[in-house]
Amino acid sequence: MFKKILIANRGEIALRIIHACRELGIKTVAVYSEADEHSLHVRFADEDVCIGPPRSADSYLSVPAIISAAEITGADAIHPGYGFLAESAYLAEVCEACHIRFIGPDPSVIKLLGDKSRAKKAMKKAGVPMLPGSDGPVTGEEQALKVAKDVGYPVIVKAVAGGGGRGMRVVNSPAELPNALRTAQREAEAAFGNGDVYIEKYLKNPRHIEFQVIGDHHGTVVHLGERECSIQRRHQKLVEESPSPAVSDKVRKKMGSVVVDAARAVQYTNAGTFEFLMDHEGKFYFMETNTRLQVEHAVTEMVTGIDIVKEQIRIAAGERLSFKQSEVTFSGHAIECRVNAEDPDSFAPSPGVIHVFCTPGGPGVRVDTFAHSECTVPPYYDSMVAKIITHGRDRQEAIARMRRTLEMTVIEGIRTTVPLHLKILNDADFLAGRLGTSFMDRFAIPPRKADLADTA
Amino acid sequence: MDRDEIKTILDLMRDNDLVEFELEQDGVKLRLRKHTSPQASSAPQPAAPGEPASPRPAESALQASAAAPEAAVSAGGEDVDLAILKSPIVGTFYRSSEPGAKPFAEVGETVKKGQVLCIIEAMKLMNEINAECDGELVKVYVEDGQAVHYGERLFALRPE
Repeated sequence: MFKKILIANRGEIALRIIHACRELGIKTVAVYSEADEHSLHVRFADEDVCIGPPRSADSYLSVPAIISAAEITGADAIHPGYGFLAESAYLAEVCEACHIRFIGPDPSVIKLLGDKSRAKKAMKKAGVPMLPGSDGPVTGEEQALKVAKDVGYPVIVKAVAGGGGRGMRVVNSPAELPNALRTAQREAEAAFGNGDVYIEKYLKNPRHIEFQVIGDHHGTVVHLGERECSIQRRHQKLVEESPSPAVSDKVRKKMGSVVVDAARAVQYTNAGTFEFLMDHEGKFYFMETNTRLQVEHAVTEMVTGIDIVKEQIRIAAGERLSFKQSEVTFSGHAIECRVNAEDPDSFAPSPGVIHVFCTPGGPGVRVDTFAHSECTVPPYYDSMVAKIITHGRDRQEAIARMRRTLEMTVIEGIRTTVPLHLKILNDADFLAGRLGTSFMDRFAIPPRKADLADTA
Repeated sequence: MDRDEIKTILDLMRDNDLVEFELEQDGVKLRLRKHTSPQASSAPQPAAPGEPASPRPAESALQASAAAPEAAVSAGGEDVDLAILKSPIVGTFYRSSEPGAKPFAEVGETVKKGQVLCIIEAMKLMNEINAECDGELVKVYVEDGQAVHYGERLFALRPE
């Protein structure tokens, strides 16, 4: 087992990893930027190293600074957390070269699954259900019409080089296709310098459902069930839960074995997540694999009783997974609300000093946070201040616990998304488990009166 | 603002014994502060929350580099007017080119701008750290072979 782990991250996840290390009797090294000098992860780690100025590119994203910090402190492993360098095959490779263990999958697996088109090919080959589409760029109108007909309308035209919504067009009928194709190609050319587009089935308001897997270096891979993360804004998840109200035991078993087979096929080790979209008929379509620990891992921990971070560390040290698939059981229901330093209506960032920070605790409540009274939320990093997770015997109890926890949470000095979460928790569709990725549209900022007059 | 203008400002500061100078151009916001007592100006100045730490305008700012030099106004007055060289990277500090060799520079020696003062090893790479101004080396803060953090003080120079 490792003697000392360097945590290449900040905030709540750095603390979460410290929790696991302390329980395993492993010493920790915190790294920090000048903006985080007084952070709790620096205070509670056994050693700390300042690795750079506030800008993440020069600190938390600097591989030389992090490796160097590991070398001067004699750390034998690095846990990257999530975000920053968590999915950097380069960091994993440099670690290997420096004889420091990277707590995550092998660099070759990170590379494969990080490359959209290679990942899709590998997953398709492994029998993972894919969104039907053109399987590469479409060249002409004729081919586009044929693909769209085979896939079934509505379809979406997307830029091969794309991202961020540009070069994307939803098409509802064959008549709209030629125009949409040309516009998307032009937009893609202008935005990415590459006019190639492909066609895929378009899902309206799908659910986002993901499966947690974990595998050791001895060939054992298990799944820890699913999380539903449909409540998101601009692809940022806000509320996550496990189990999903839309997944039955039978479906969990079936999809669980699909992802376990897929993970085995690419020789996946350590913790990872397979993300899917689920349509109204309950069909799953693969989106991507995240080769790291995720923000929302805590809801899975609450329903399975498994400490995913400790397992990650044990696996990286070469130990066998401490349980079999048949020993993984699911108990009750867990929900997580991400409390961000943002205006609850406009979502404008609200960094600053938190003067009062108080969460109520009580049965079934877990709060993962770096925040405390008189702490600073720096403007340079992610806006997440705390993850509030509640667990109950069923979904109803988990929701009731979340509601009273949020109502009794006091955060003064900055604006947070707590009021927004309370609105979500009181929404009839949310309570009924009718979720989809468009859920948050109902809380969009209403257009100002003047704008309405203009369009009248 | 070009180099000459900065130089002019620094000259003005020296002539009038100013220890602080702030300027905001278009909205015109000027803030000057005169040297009071060493104690008053020696209070450690924590970076204001939400504001990136930046080198204060001072003499050594002329040679501003990644190492964020700043005029020393710390250690109880004696260090006033010293230029502090801080470590631009995390790594291991070496005062000489190889174990047992003579240090690059000794205390009391006069060094030239650009002269190598030490090596910081990071990821098996030897990074030479250079003097940022001409001057006398008056203090070495770190022991040979010691680990240094980003921003840690390495040397104090009395600029010429």
